[in-house]
Amino acid sequence: MAATAESVRLKLTPPVQYVLRIADTCLIHAQRLSEWCGHGPVLEEDIALTNMALDLIGQARALLTHAGQLEGQGMDEDQLAFLRDERQFFNLTLVELPMRRSSAHAPGGDFADTTLRNFLLATWLKQLWQGLLSSSDAQLAAIAAKALKEVRYHQQHAGDWVVRLGDGTEESASRMAAALERAWPYTAEMFVADAVDGTAAEQGLGPARSALRSAWLDEVGAVLEEAGLKPPADTPFLSTGTKGVHSEHLGFILAEMQSLQRQHPGGQW
Amino acid sequence: MSDVKAEWPLWEVFVRPKAGLDHKHCGSLHAADAAMAVQMAREVYTRRQEGTSVWVVKSSDITASDPGDKDMYFDPMEDKVYRHPTFYELPEAVNHM
Repeated sequence: MAATAESVRLKLTPPVQYVLRIADTCLIHAQRLSEWCGHGPVLEEDIALTNMALDLIGQARALLTHAGQLEGQGMDEDQLAFLRDERQFFNLTLVELPMRRSSAHAPGGDFADTTLRNFLLATWLKQLWQGLLSSSDAQLAAIAAKALKEVRYHQQHAGDWVVRLGDGTEESASRMAAALERAWPYTAEMFVADAVDGTAAEQGLGPARSALRSAWLDEVGAVLEEAGLKPPADTPFLSTGTKGVHSEHLGFILAEMQSLQRQHPGGQW
Repeated sequence: MSDVKAEWPLWEVFVRPKAGLDHKHCGSLHAADAAMAVQMAREVYTRRQEGTSVWVVKSSDITASDPGDKDMYFDPMEDKVYRHPTFYELPEAVNHM
């Protein structure tokens, strides 16, 4: 049997980490959404979730390629996605949490978590892409222009579901409210100020996350109100995925996502 | 929304491939209402750049001719060749008709 692939080690600079945060958030969110492939509540929504996952993978690919160029050791998108260790992934913790998807082996999940998370993230990513349109990095600005069209649709599609379920039956409303309670503490990480973001904002690379909060709250608040839901109270809890310190779930995602390239280095099909 | 149904209604989807062309029927799908039907049509029928515009119509709103009436409705036209405008002689100047 061939030797397994060695992990890559990135030289982290603020711009590299800034781009990886967005890339990894898109990539891991896509990985979770793609778990619905073949398991959607109805055929049409199954296709919709998979289409959105593919949009996000496209965005992640462009960003990972760009991060590889910024990093300077000549790594490509595949090496960054499949050969990086957990501590060098910088996605928001929210995207790595299980989707609570029902299956034959694990009944009792529901669709509310998926659709709510998709909405909260799409709204956040939309603000981020809008800010990146005027990036000092022309390539980032070009990626943002393409992604913005995609994410606007994701926000509308997921937001419609939040309203449908929140303003639906008694049961769908209570499930959506519960999903909101579960997801909300993890949204604090979307708006943390730190040195990486500070440098990015200073260099004109892109907006600091902390600058996105009020626009995000306005848009999320409007949809929640239409859905008959209230934003939960903020908590002191702060997740740390964007620092590379993850929940217990990311390791399992990476084990599945990376196993092929780890066992067959450079494998193509 | 207290009226809970087990099945979403069926919608017929019409896609316009590009500006200037007609919307063409391309299939059907299930959706809870018209707004969702437009979104789902976008997902199901335009993911390979097939369209620039989408119409959806509730299948139950379409009134169709009865297949049993096919003889009476359409066969009598078979021998009415004079209804085709092929017996007119066009002036030379009209090249494209």
